[in-house]
Amino acid sequence: MQSLTNRSKIVQKRDLTFMEKLYLPAILGGMVITIKHLFRKKVTNKYPDTVREFTPVYRGVHVLKRDEQGRENCTACGLCAVTCPAEAITMTAAERKPGEENLYREEKYAAVYEINMLRCIFCGLCEDACPKDAIYLTDRLIDAKYHRSNFIYGKDKLVEKTDERVDVSKRKKVYTLS
Amino acid sequence: MPKVTIDGHSIEVAEGTTILQAARMIGPEVAPPAMCYYSKLKTSGGYCRTCIVKVSKGSDKDPRPMPKLVPACRTMVMDGMEVLNFTSPEVKEARKGVTEFLLLNHPLDCPICDQAGECHLQDLSYENGSAKTRTDFERRTFNKLNVGNHIQLHMTRCILCYRCVKVAEQITDGRVHGVMNRGDHAEISTYIEKAIDNDFSGNMIDVCPVGALTDKTFRFKSRVWFTKPVDAHRNCDHPKCSGKVVLWYQKEEVLRVTGRKDQWGEVEEFICNTCRFDKKQTSDWTIEGPRHIDRHSVISSNHYEHMVKPKELTINTIKPLIES
Repeated sequence: MQSLTNRSKIVQKRDLTFMEKLYLPAILGGMVITIKHLFRKKVTNKYPDTVREFTPVYRGVHVLKRDEQGRENCTACGLCAVTCPAEAITMTAAERKPGEENLYREEKYAAVYEINMLRCIFCGLCEDACPKDAIYLTDRLIDAKYHRSNFIYGKDKLVEKTDERVDVSKRKKVYTLS
Repeated sequence: MPKVTIDGHSIEVAEGTTILQAARMIGPEVAPPAMCYYSKLKTSGGYCRTCIVKVSKGSDKDPRPMPKLVPACRTMVMDGMEVLNFTSPEVKEARKGVTEFLLLNHPLDCPICDQAGECHLQDLSYENGSAKTRTDFERRTFNKLNVGNHIQLHMTRCILCYRCVKVAEQITDGRVHGVMNRGDHAEISTYIEKAIDNDFSGNMIDVCPVGALTDKTFRFKSRVWFTKPVDAHRNCDHPKCSGKVVLWYQKEEVLRVTGRKDQWGEVEEFICNTCRFDKKQTSDWTIEGPRHIDRHSVISSNHYEHMVKPKELTINTIKPLIES
């Protein structure tokens, strides 16, 4: 039959030679390759003893930031929720009462703020949309859990603690407007 | 019948029509934005200057151009008049300046403001404004004034369009609020802090182009774009009330009742305070259907007007392929 590409090869089945029939050279060659890998640098990490270093653009679990005085930045404006392509964010706003000025920065705050981590695709659009520097994606990971309800993160998990601040300086963008 | 040409579109209009009205008759592609003019309120317009246009030819009799840009809401058309709106770079430049002046004292607290998403000042500054402010001075602040249980007044957001004053004058029975002081100190205020207590005072919320007058019963309840607008009506006892409204739903709950706004952001018919503030049950209303929202509006996000509910797709509606 005429070949279409002239690249096909006709394979001839021939008997093995004596050396090939011994199989020993092939086995030894394979062993050499295997043993060589033992002395190479390992590509895996022994998690959780050692943790892989994240790039500055890594997008993990969100954090709701507080300002320098420890007041919550979020005003429940809803821009993160409207921009979220997975519709993972829900919130309920409330009005700040007199005497709560040290808790919330603005007149309005998020009484309930929930992110469904099973819906979230970690695209970071909420961070881009936020006009108040409130939400950031960090290099933290989601804990594995058995029940779906454990993946709806409320304010207790999202808002950063005043004594353990989350550093987001690498993710802060500097905008230059002309 | 005078014939006027706006941005190359010609139209014949009745004597005494303003340029703005003629432009609106042609359509939104030539209609200048208006912050203070309101077609349902007499003597409105002429304060904000956002509708300024260039008259490149005065009329057939006197073809000289007008020396300055003129407010379209206050200038009558003449036969053969030629007007430039969006096609004139001079008008664009001037409108950018006007926007900058309107935003001079505006707090830009849109993340908190309940009007955000349906705010005319937001639209105007999005289209004509610059991204940065040049003001170094402190913005105006006011002492908070309580104007009743239904309406929330945020004086810092006010752009002094006088629309609410015209509503008080023309729609309600007695005017209890007006503009106090002059120039930079001017502010909307009630006489001796007297609460606005009137059957039609709620319409001030609808006519306010910014978030200066907002619904207190809706305050911080939700954002406009999370609510679903639905047309509805009821037989209102009030002789002047049309009873035709938009209900803003969140899930099964009516968060807010407003008048129906047309494409220029003006209410079609004014509604009374009973309809607006007290009737917040679905059983109070006859539902007409989802309200059409322009798809460029943020309110249209996640709204599915023509969605067919799964239960309506019953087996009986699907025709069998082979009829026996």
